[in-house]
Amino acid sequence: MNELVFFINNVIIAGSVTGSIYAIGAIGVTLVFSIMRFAHFAHADMMTFGAFMVLLLTLAFPGVGGVVGLPTPVVMLPLAMILTAALAVGIDKVFYKPLRAHGVKPIVIVIGSLGVTLMLQGLIRLFAGTSAQNMYLAGERKEIYRLDVPFELATRPIVVTEPQIILFILTIACVVGLHLFLNRTRLGKAMRAMSDNPDLARASGINTNYIVSVTWVIAGSLAAIAGTLLSLDVTFKPDLSFFLLLPIFAAAIVGGVGHPYGAIAGGFVVGFAETLAVFNWSVMLRPIQHLFPEWIEIPRNLAFVGTEYKIVVPFFILVAILVWRPTGIFKGKVI
Amino acid sequence: MPLLEARDVHGGYGGMNILNGVNMSVEADEIGVIVGPNGAGKSTMLKAIFGLLTVSQGEILLRGEPIHNLPPNKLVQRGMGFIPQEKNVFPSLSVKENLEMGAFLKPGNVKRMLKQVYDFFPPLYDKRHQPAGELSGGQRQMVAMGRALMAEPEMLLLDEPTAGLSPLYMNEIFERVKQINAAGVGILMVEQNAKQALAIADKGFVLAAGKNRFTDTGAALLADPEVAKSFLGG
Amino acid sequence: MNTPRTERREDIVAAPSRFPLREIILFGALLAVIVTIYMMMGTAYSTRMLVEASCYAILALGLTIQWGYAGQFNAGVMGFVALGGFSAMLFSVPVNDAFWGTELPGELGRVLLYGVAAALLVYGASKLDRIGVPKKLRSVIAIVLAVVLYMVVISMLRSVTGEIQSRAGFIGGFGLPAWTGWIVGGALAGAVGYFIGHICLGLRSDYLAIATLGIAEIIKAFLKNSDWLTRGTATVSPLPWPTPGPSELGFTLARALYLSVTAAMIAVIFFLLHRAYHAPWGRMIRAIRDNEVSASAMGKDINRRRLEIFVLGCILMGIGGGALASFNSLFDPNGYLPLNHTFLVLVMVILGGPGNNLGTIFGAVAVYIIWLMSEPLALFLMQGAVYIGEGWFGWQPPGNLDSRALQARVFVIGLLITLVLRFAPNGLLPEKVKHHG
Repeated sequence: MNELVFFINNVIIAGSVTGSIYAIGAIGVTLVFSIMRFAHFAHADMMTFGAFMVLLLTLAFPGVGGVVGLPTPVVMLPLAMILTAALAVGIDKVFYKPLRAHGVKPIVIVIGSLGVTLMLQGLIRLFAGTSAQNMYLAGERKEIYRLDVPFELATRPIVVTEPQIILFILTIACVVGLHLFLNRTRLGKAMRAMSDNPDLARASGINTNYIVSVTWVIAGSLAAIAGTLLSLDVTFKPDLSFFLLLPIFAAAIVGGVGHPYGAIAGGFVVGFAETLAVFNWSVMLRPIQHLFPEWIEIPRNLAFVGTEYKIVVPFFILVAILVWRPTGIFKGKVI
Repeated sequence: MPLLEARDVHGGYGGMNILNGVNMSVEADEIGVIVGPNGAGKSTMLKAIFGLLTVSQGEILLRGEPIHNLPPNKLVQRGMGFIPQEKNVFPSLSVKENLEMGAFLKPGNVKRMLKQVYDFFPPLYDKRHQPAGELSGGQRQMVAMGRALMAEPEMLLLDEPTAGLSPLYMNEIFERVKQINAAGVGILMVEQNAKQALAIADKGFVLAAGKNRFTDTGAALLADPEVAKSFLGG
Repeated sequence: MNTPRTERREDIVAAPSRFPLREIILFGALLAVIVTIYMMMGTAYSTRMLVEASCYAILALGLTIQWGYAGQFNAGVMGFVALGGFSAMLFSVPVNDAFWGTELPGELGRVLLYGVAAALLVYGASKLDRIGVPKKLRSVIAIVLAVVLYMVVISMLRSVTGEIQSRAGFIGGFGLPAWTGWIVGGALAGAVGYFIGHICLGLRSDYLAIATLGIAEIIKAFLKNSDWLTRGTATVSPLPWPTPGPSELGFTLARALYLSVTAAMIAVIFFLLHRAYHAPWGRMIRAIRDNEVSASAMGKDINRRRLEIFVLGCILMGIGGGALASFNSLFDPNGYLPLNHTFLVLVMVILGGPGNNLGTIFGAVAVYIIWLMSEPLALFLMQGAVYIGEGWFGWQPPGNLDSRALQARVFVIGLLITLVLRFAPNGLLPEKVKHHG
């Protein structure tokens, strides 16, 4: 039974955590893609920026969390979301909009977004330094919940941390909120309309510039959530984006580019694939060792890839999906 | 004062002029039809009126006010509707959502106009929850017309509404256009099926090489042997 | 949307008879800067700078044919450069007897053979439906077999490589001349480029950018963590030069000799590219870039041409990466950074003039000099800021100022990319678009 608990802790929970973060990130990428038709490379750095804003706000107002009963960074999250959304809208106004107005090919805007990536990275590291920092400051500590499993053979508990629970709650809230927004509100429907057929949207009197801004606000806020909760779960690192970019894009493409629900599914596919690939299966095989012939010795390390090669997993998924089904599992808009 | 008037309109894409001085006027109770050979600038003229391309010379007036080079959303606000030829629906949105988008600038209209549009195009009511991309060509055209009507336009521009439709649907669409006009909406449409279109037209404009070749009532144009010979296929 | 088109039109008219005033001014200014640097910094330093700049020029030429000729955006130049560097290291470093003298090469070869056999077995299993096995069952068999065999082979590989690492350090090199490594490095980079290009070039150009970005990180991760092959973070040094080294000739002369080798390489590449650009092949490439639909309507095999140009660009990056690693006499997988080896090259190309080889070479040398000079400048500005901050506001500066000054350069490179794209999308020396009939 301990093996099962081990599996739950290291695969189910860990995979859900990674999957949630990728999913929230991929929604932003896919929304930007469906409205503006370019792969926004600076998205992962907007996540880092959001987390960095939370860090700064937490440093500035350390005592707030105690009053509300939540970790201070979580209390600061809405403020950071607003700041990141403002940043996203601002970046679009200053860097992407002039390029769009110039009528350049989408790939030129992609290069522009790489330029923005570097600028954000440079700024964040300039102010935050290059080392990792714990988001729990001012004497707060990460709550860890140990749930005992009601079986006799299981001696180890299932372990969930507070930020993980907050992450799960926020992920569900984001998905439900996004669903309601896209299907029930006038603005959300207009967003879907613009992603379907921008010319007709314009001809219907939809102010496309406004929709673009709304898209950035959503993408920026979601980026702040994902970045902050990832930093809470582990630590804040200025090069966070580096590990996020490829999985997020893989998730968006797996789900079908321009397809928000696909992005959520894709996020979990990539998250679980990563977790399963680095999981040491040797642990699971050991209890059934006696079933194998004696000459087979189960190696101590039986993971598909070492953690240092984790980045191979999203890449492999990306390549596989591009080869077999470039439109993604849910039919995406553009290939 | 005519509802829509175009005076000596020049314009085109990328410095290349397609329109070289087009004149038109349509009254509120009239159907205007633009016909002409391929490349005459028929669709280009509609796009110029709807602010989708730059008018370099001349003027376009709606109720006497200049509207050329206004963006489409401003034109919708002023009571103009446009139905493009291809890609005239939002394929992944349901029929109802397509219609709602038509009233994006007038959210107050939605409830009342939805009912009117469903009454006008009963098949749309049955399919209101189906994605518009799954409909047949004729039904899509109905969605497109319904979407434009949702904003209660005074002037409706249609770009080849019957292109690619079966004769049955074609007649239905022409019939609907007449009804819309009878309800007080000025119509200006581009048509390939010139004979049938001119038959319902109060005014006909025969364009060639970006200029008016003939301008008269629909009936007069149909009767004109020269128009018939060179533009209506004998 | 109209303006760039008409500007190009003017180019068409002006190009054939235009006196190359702009080229002469720009290269004259560049020469003046280089002479100044020679006088201020000494010949040894300046020649080193020129050799590095010339290696970067080879990388930039690789990118300019991908981006400038064909409109393909390669966001993973670093990976191809690293492959070239790895190959230069593997071929030129002396033979390691601690590895070759034991049974380990045989063990390694055996595992690799097992790997090949396993791959064949899985391939065979995937064809089982030919002999009447139901398709679903075949898929299950193939997948289970692939997983099990992969696990077996990877476990064997792990134990062999672990053994190599603990007993011999790493497998060492082949002790061959450095240029063999450069050529193989080009071939390796080309092969990886073929793999990526084959998958992505038929799709939207964004996908190529994502995939190249990914493969670059994977190549780096592989080189960094395969200690048995590359010594990983322990780095391999020194790498022999193809020319007599500084110990024999002294720094200046040896570097000058190396410079003549890289300059000759650039001259050959430049000449060949010039020929190809004006040949029917080059015209076809540009036709595809400018109007894909009409090019395919004329019956051109677009994806094949695209693949050719992409692979060619990758080969140049591999060769340039080899030359760079040999010159630095150091193979350090951690030293390959997207900033230095992808984005700097990108700036060189878009600033110099995408699709214009001369402009690209100008961009490479000019940007590399600016890059090198900006390091002390950034530090100087940073110290100035600290001085003002401390003096006027009583600000406590953070300790790691040097690394932060470097981050300012990251920002500047990013800003430069966005500004050039917006205000000078055709670069300082734009491609001369000629009118063909």
